[in-house]
Amino acid sequence: MASIVEASDPLRRRRHFIDHAMTVVMVGAAVVGIIPLILILFYLLKEGIPGLSLDLFTEDPNRPGLEGGGVRHSIIGSAMIVSVATLIGVPVAIGCGIFLSEFGQNRLGTVLRFLVDVLAGIPSITMGLFIYGLVVLRQGSFSGFAGGLALAILFLPIVARITEEMMLLVPRSIREASLALGAPTWMTAIRVVVPTALPGIATGILLALSRIAGEAAPLLFTTLGNQFFSTNLSQAMDALPLRIFVYAVGPYEYWHEQAWAMSLILVAFILVVSLIVRAVIGTRVVVRS
Amino acid sequence: MVLDNEPRTAATEVTGETETHGFQFQPQNALKASPGTDGTEAAPGEVAIRAENVNAYYGAKHAVGDVSMDVYARKITALIGPSGCGKSTYIRCFNRMHEFSPGARVEGHIYLEGTDIYAPDVDATRVRQRIGMVFQKPNPFPTMSIEENVAAGLRFTNIRNRSEIRDRVETALKQAALWDEVKGDLKKAGIALSGGQQQRLCIARAIAVEPEVVLMDEPCSALDPIATLKIEDLMHGLAERFTIVIVTHNLQQAARVSDWTGFMLAGEDGVGRLVEYRPTQDMFTNPREDRTEAYITGRFG
Repeated sequence: MASIVEASDPLRRRRHFIDHAMTVVMVGAAVVGIIPLILILFYLLKEGIPGLSLDLFTEDPNRPGLEGGGVRHSIIGSAMIVSVATLIGVPVAIGCGIFLSEFGQNRLGTVLRFLVDVLAGIPSITMGLFIYGLVVLRQGSFSGFAGGLALAILFLPIVARITEEMMLLVPRSIREASLALGAPTWMTAIRVVVPTALPGIATGILLALSRIAGEAAPLLFTTLGNQFFSTNLSQAMDALPLRIFVYAVGPYEYWHEQAWAMSLILVAFILVVSLIVRAVIGTRVVVRS
Repeated sequence: MVLDNEPRTAATEVTGETETHGFQFQPQNALKASPGTDGTEAAPGEVAIRAENVNAYYGAKHAVGDVSMDVYARKITALIGPSGCGKSTYIRCFNRMHEFSPGARVEGHIYLEGTDIYAPDVDATRVRQRIGMVFQKPNPFPTMSIEENVAAGLRFTNIRNRSEIRDRVETALKQAALWDEVKGDLKKAGIALSGGQQQRLCIARAIAVEPEVVLMDEPCSALDPIATLKIEDLMHGLAERFTIVIVTHNLQQAARVSDWTGFMLAGEDGVGRLVEYRPTQDMFTNPREDRTEAYITGRFG
């Protein structure tokens, strides 16, 4: 009869040793994984806090070389460009996700899903070049709108796939309830499945938003950057990532300081968005399946 | 299998006659013909749904084989049988829900008031508006309140008049014996109710659109005995207005609530067939088929 008492000593010690060793390895790996994040945050705070001031948010840049001034134009430019990207990206991405989840269980869906994944893998600078050729060259001018378009293309595949995944999580029984009431498939998708999956979809939108807000590459050839305050989307605009790039490699010490401060602002924005996401998931309606 | 058809002698004759009329339309007078005119059973009244030689498949799997049956209007018809006998698949053919299963296919004819619901020019969504369904697990819409759940079917069919919606929500909740429990908080989330209340909410949702037929696919199997009893009680009231077809594992339930009972059984080939279909009382006191007797006396299944 098998005994539930522990086996003989050597075997037991060996087993306990392996157990402890593996635990140490795993904890070690986790710590190594977190170290970069901690270092980045620590370094950002150390370098960025001295540059933070109210002026940074409310003032436009002074003449180069003249200390002081702020980056209000970059913050507002970023907000506008990201808003354009979201306004264009959200409807297209959600429509795409609805198609993939509700009507995409066929060859067309498989092809589209693959293409969306390819799009997600295209380097962001390529998006910028593409829009440069498609919009900027034709219009003959850099513009905030072109930048928003480039970011929208970046945004699209992320949100489309998250929307699809979230809608597929909605139990079949909920769809059947709607279909059995005589609602066609499209109505079931829009009136029942999307609202049920909405917390997840909103989460995806916020995550994608924080991703594109920090992108500099797609904006390089599209919005170009602008050292003056401008809210004209049809002209070159400034954006935080672009301004960080300019200031970080620029010759003035106070530029470097402001670049660090702007990086801190971007990271703080992403952190806030992540916290909102967590809060949304926390209050999410639990679907009984 | 000759005996299978016995209670439906007249219906079988009608079948032969209507085949010449083609797929799309069945003359009204044929529908009025009632089985049981051989004198063994009282005329059961108007036919709500006539199924003829229904075969259902999941891909290559043949799940339901050649089931013909008349469902009588404003009666409760129970389908009993062991697991896997195809009874759920079969009633899902009645409102064309079966076709949502992957690889699903239906052959045969199902007539609702003389129209074959599988005819090519029939809109399946219209069929489902007239033949409602209640599922095994309560499935209220998780984002909607009690009121919105009941009104969902009305909104889907573009009824926008608020007072009309409010009236019909109240009526449906009363018919589903839920009104007294929820009238104070209609704005509460549907999924905040207990399981039994959720199922009655689903019944209210199904009847709010005033279908002619309500299909119930094991509506009580996820509920406790008291919740089950409440639903059985309200079913009698519902049968005054609606035709009800209920699939159940529970023989006592079939005996308690139904007027007619069909016994389905999967053969050795795995195909579910209708063994016997008769008035419930006859079925349970004096089954004609040995297999029925074996099942209802608990010798298998």
